[in-house]
Amino acid sequence: MATAAAHHTARVPADGPADEAARTAAYEAVFDAAVAADERIEPRDWMPDAYRSTLVRQIAQHAHSEIIGMQPEANWITRAPSLRRKAILMAKVQDEAGHGLYLYSAAETLGTGRDELLDKLHTGRQKYSSIFNYPTLTWADVGAIGWLVDGAAITNQVPLCRCSYGPYARAMVRICKEESFHQRQGYELLLVLSRGTPEQHEMAQDAVNRWWWPSLMMFGPPDDESSHSAQSMAWKIKRHSNDELRQRFVDICVPQAESLGLTLPDPDLMWNEERGQHDFGAIDWAEFWEVLKGNGPCNEQRITQRRRAHDEGAWVREAAAAYADKRADRTEHAVGHADEHSDGTADENGKARA
Amino acid sequence: MTPTVNTAAALALGDDALVLSHRLGEWAGHAPVLEEEVALANIALDLLGQARVLLSMAGDEDELAYLREERAFRNLQLVEQPNGDFAHTIARQLYFSTYQRLLYAQLASGDGDFAPLAAKAVKEVAYHQDHAEQWTLRLGDGTDVSHERMRQASEALWRFTGEMFQPIEGVDIDWDGMRAAWLDSVGSILRRATLPLPEGPQSGAWTAGAGRQGLHTEPFGRMLAEMQHLHRSHPGASW
Repeated sequence: MATAAAHHTARVPADGPADEAARTAAYEAVFDAAVAADERIEPRDWMPDAYRSTLVRQIAQHAHSEIIGMQPEANWITRAPSLRRKAILMAKVQDEAGHGLYLYSAAETLGTGRDELLDKLHTGRQKYSSIFNYPTLTWADVGAIGWLVDGAAITNQVPLCRCSYGPYARAMVRICKEESFHQRQGYELLLVLSRGTPEQHEMAQDAVNRWWWPSLMMFGPPDDESSHSAQSMAWKIKRHSNDELRQRFVDICVPQAESLGLTLPDPDLMWNEERGQHDFGAIDWAEFWEVLKGNGPCNEQRITQRRRAHDEGAWVREAAAAYADKRADRTEHAVGHADEHSDGTADENGKARA
Repeated sequence: MTPTVNTAAALALGDDALVLSHRLGEWAGHAPVLEEEVALANIALDLLGQARVLLSMAGDEDELAYLREERAFRNLQLVEQPNGDFAHTIARQLYFSTYQRLLYAQLASGDGDFAPLAAKAVKEVAYHQDHAEQWTLRLGDGTDVSHERMRQASEALWRFTGEMFQPIEGVDIDWDGMRAAWLDSVGSILRRATLPLPEGPQSGAWTAGAGRQGLHTEPFGRMLAEMQHLHRSHPGASW
């Protein structure tokens, strides 16, 4: 398999025109052909500025969603009702931190570092998935998030494993495997509650009632109102429309809800023989836009906690950086004065920098 | 015939792991950097795994974790101390992981009931100690602010360290050698981190060995209230 550099060279005509505009046009033609042929674009390949910025925006939003998404679930780690459930939940929240790490790294391959992206999150210039602006009020919400929210995320993300940008597509392969485990644990958690005591069943039904509609909103606005969709589809960053994915999700959930012994809170939900799909009721888009604007139940709380963790951790990150600098200095010093005692060298440097 | 497992010993070791795992779990979503979200959760998960094996040697893991009252827990007071700032969490990790590593290393080399668990856990705990050591060095020898915070934390938790060397009945190791080895290891790490070895006593007058006898500190009751409330709200339910 060719390296990224070789890939780059192979795509650019060696005897291309010297003229800047013509040169860009030539690069663009190579890029378009690669996308059309379902080849992967790699970090060192030429790409249009708008393609790069669209990807950074999307990957950053995804990364932010992973780390903000830790909060509603972490809310239940200390109250998990059995040690087995506690272990599963902690592992899941840990996976989300790991997903955040891969995704920030994928964004970094496009030239935008984690610090810059976190700053944009903390100052409200970049968003995260609105679903995490809803609260987890009972233990069953942990199950509903796994089943519905992670289920919707998988429906959205599986096509991203074939995204035209290589590092993002590869990160998504690993993320989807883990998300699929998360979805199963959520389903299984709800199943146990649904078949448990009447109070547990009621808890499960209440959670599904609250999470169903926000989960449908996770696919984004209807196709005719989605501002970024058309270009992203052309670039094969996105493979299916919002409405297609939403329909796919509904069709998957209906039989699962039946197996769970729970009902989905939509009186208009029914099988349409003609379409071979389920019809479902109207989504309250006013609520979606309100939550997106910042008026959801937890927007303020989520971002405040994120900023606080970051601000309160500043001295720790500064210490790690200072220590790394001192070590680098000492190594340099030790190389220059190999005959000196290393402890003495360390003390000198420590004092000099204090 | 194999003798029955020493239940009190399984509880003492299991409660240490259970309670510290819970405290570390409280960091989720609050860590100073994303890598530490992963690392702290990893340590918490290792400890929870150990706790589940140990508590299961003594009875039903969930009954023991969720239905005992505060006075029936046998963990060290050190592990129940609130997280505090990151320096306090690291100091607690340094003290406890050094203890646990020495303890499990000895248990693993024996042929007692805890040997199979200890053989697996000692590898996990070696990583925990390495993590604590690296952060003790970074904080102690980082900035003036971090040095001061780490110094305060290492001193604040010092008085909970003496309890670790009270022999646990049914845990046959060299307890005297244990204290010396612990002091040696912790002392060397603190020195390299440019931190003084705390000077105060390693235990208070009335609290010596208290956690192992079911006497805990005030924050522990609140921790248990949070941990047990849901389970206790649904008597007999399965989860």
